[in-house]
Amino acid sequence: MASKLTTSNRTGWLFALPAVGLIALFIIVPFFLAFGFSLTNQRLISPNPTEYVGFENYESLLGLAVITLEPERDDGGNILRDEEGQPEYPRVRTITRSDDYPQYRGMREWFRWQSGDNARVVIAGDVIFMKALVNTLTFVFVVAPVQGGLALCLALLINQKLRGINVFRTVFFMPVVVSIVVVSLLWRFIYDGNDGLLNNILQGLTFGLFEPVDWLGNTDTALGSIIAMSIWQAVGFHMVIWLSGLQTISPTLYEAAEIEGASKWQAFRYVTWPGLRNTAVLVLIVITMQSFAVFAQVDVMTNGGPLDSTQTLVFQAVERGYGKQDISGGSTISVILFLVVLAISLLQRYLTREKA
Amino acid sequence: MAIVTQDNHGLRLAVRYLVLILVALVFMFPLVFMLVSSLKPTAQLLSDTSSLRAFLPVGDISLENYAAAFRRAPIGLFVFNSIFITLVTVCASLFLCSLAAFSFTYLNWKGNGIVLSVILATLIIPFETIAIPLLLWVSRLPWVGMEGIEFGWLNTYHVQIVPWIADALTVFLFVQFFKDLPRELIEAARAEGASWWQIYRRVVMPLSGPVLATAAILKSLKMYNEQYLWPLIVVQDEAHRPIMVGLGYFFQLNVAWGEVMAYLSVITIPVLAFYLVLQRAFIASIASTGVKG
Repeated sequence: MASKLTTSNRTGWLFALPAVGLIALFIIVPFFLAFGFSLTNQRLISPNPTEYVGFENYESLLGLAVITLEPERDDGGNILRDEEGQPEYPRVRTITRSDDYPQYRGMREWFRWQSGDNARVVIAGDVIFMKALVNTLTFVFVVAPVQGGLALCLALLINQKLRGINVFRTVFFMPVVVSIVVVSLLWRFIYDGNDGLLNNILQGLTFGLFEPVDWLGNTDTALGSIIAMSIWQAVGFHMVIWLSGLQTISPTLYEAAEIEGASKWQAFRYVTWPGLRNTAVLVLIVITMQSFAVFAQVDVMTNGGPLDSTQTLVFQAVERGYGKQDISGGSTISVILFLVVLAISLLQRYLTREKA
Repeated sequence: MAIVTQDNHGLRLAVRYLVLILVALVFMFPLVFMLVSSLKPTAQLLSDTSSLRAFLPVGDISLENYAAAFRRAPIGLFVFNSIFITLVTVCASLFLCSLAAFSFTYLNWKGNGIVLSVILATLIIPFETIAIPLLLWVSRLPWVGMEGIEFGWLNTYHVQIVPWIADALTVFLFVQFFKDLPRELIEAARAEGASWWQIYRRVVMPLSGPVLATAAILKSLKMYNEQYLWPLIVVQDEAHRPIMVGLGYFFQLNVAWGEVMAYLSVITIPVLAFYLVLQRAFIASIASTGVKG
């Protein structure tokens, strides 16, 4: 920063104090409280004093193990099979409730796969948390590249010199100024399995060949539907950021490329893309941070269902911290979320760093 | 030859516009459907979805859905709450964040640089990761009210306002803008014996129109459109409920889709109108968040 005019400690503090105080009180303090609460059994309202519990909250969320189940055999050593010819296995409960395996106590089956005659079962201390974690990561790893890429395509479309192009820019950006809560309810109708607009449009476009789908009621399509809608709503935002990056590239560079006989692709590859480096890093980090925070869509559209297929970390943090008044449980999920966000943004910064 | 290239050019132009129009339809159709449907009786709304009539204001058109929605829930109150909360927060935010940025940029005080770095570091804390501890925190904070000191901020206006006034992005936007103002102006005013407050008030603020517009638009959108998670967990009573949370409760009443579309339109039309009138400023404000510091 440029040199200050004079030393003025008192006025300086006085002017900065209100905003700095509010940020300290409502961002920095709760941030550290999250870490603190995650080590206790703090509840919103409780007659009992709060106790320090160490890393117990983390252990119960993150506990994960793989167990191997051998098929049931009859007295002759032959594998017992059910009506469909699949081997029968002992229930997972026989292990997680057994005194022989205290380390697996209270864990539940998350998923399993077949390995020879045996079944390998992944058991987790908190299956819903694990599903929320995987769904959130899926959401981020799909939305970040797809939304970033589509936004760049839109920015390139809008950056053409055509009459009336501003009208299209206005339209592409329009969903950004509509609340995600409104958009979520609106798309609930669009995705509806019976009267839904999307099914009708797809049937119209395929002359009735398309089979209607209950987009949000189906475990295979629910998360994808939320992802598509989220991209539709937010892509205009990042289009504008790409556009401001595109407009910083000097036109003389394109003229030079044209004189050199560069093709359109070459001009993009060697002029546009290097000029967008900083913008690309920024867009990627912003989308990643926004995607990790996904909440309203899930709360309005699916409540985490069907069968937990759209659970997310923030939704779980709220359900526990607010719904069950379990401040420590919600805080623990918040801390884990923060650490994941931090790790991924540091990784992105590292991967996209200026190479010397 | 000339004619051939002319044709070719015309064709390419047509293809470009076709692509633009198709993309525009993708972005438009849900919003057009929402606005048009809010005018139709629910039975017609549902039957129209199987044809292009879904996007046309045809058939039995009226404002009956709006009247019914307003009768069913105190939507007027929710709109008032949201606008009140937005206005107070935006005004307080513009004032306090610009004042702090002024101090960070022009005033020389001990710790200036470190405090600003700490403020900017909070940019990487998503609000969603502090919402739950903040819920407990505000449920215990004191507030001086009509009847003396009370503890607990739940179910009030100020719990929806005070935590949102100051944020790193707004401070950052002002700092960026102030850095580029000509220093001679401030030095000249200082030489004439103006106090720092006078310089802030009479010299810097009158020049800050663009950044004030940017910060106001971003904050307004945040407060009016995106406030959902926080009021959902800190406001249970209807008297202080903002419009987005009201929408969630409204939908749970299992009302007809026509009324839901009317409620959605009531929320959306003012913002869309603002956007269409001030679109340059809206787009410039989003673009300025992309300026690297």
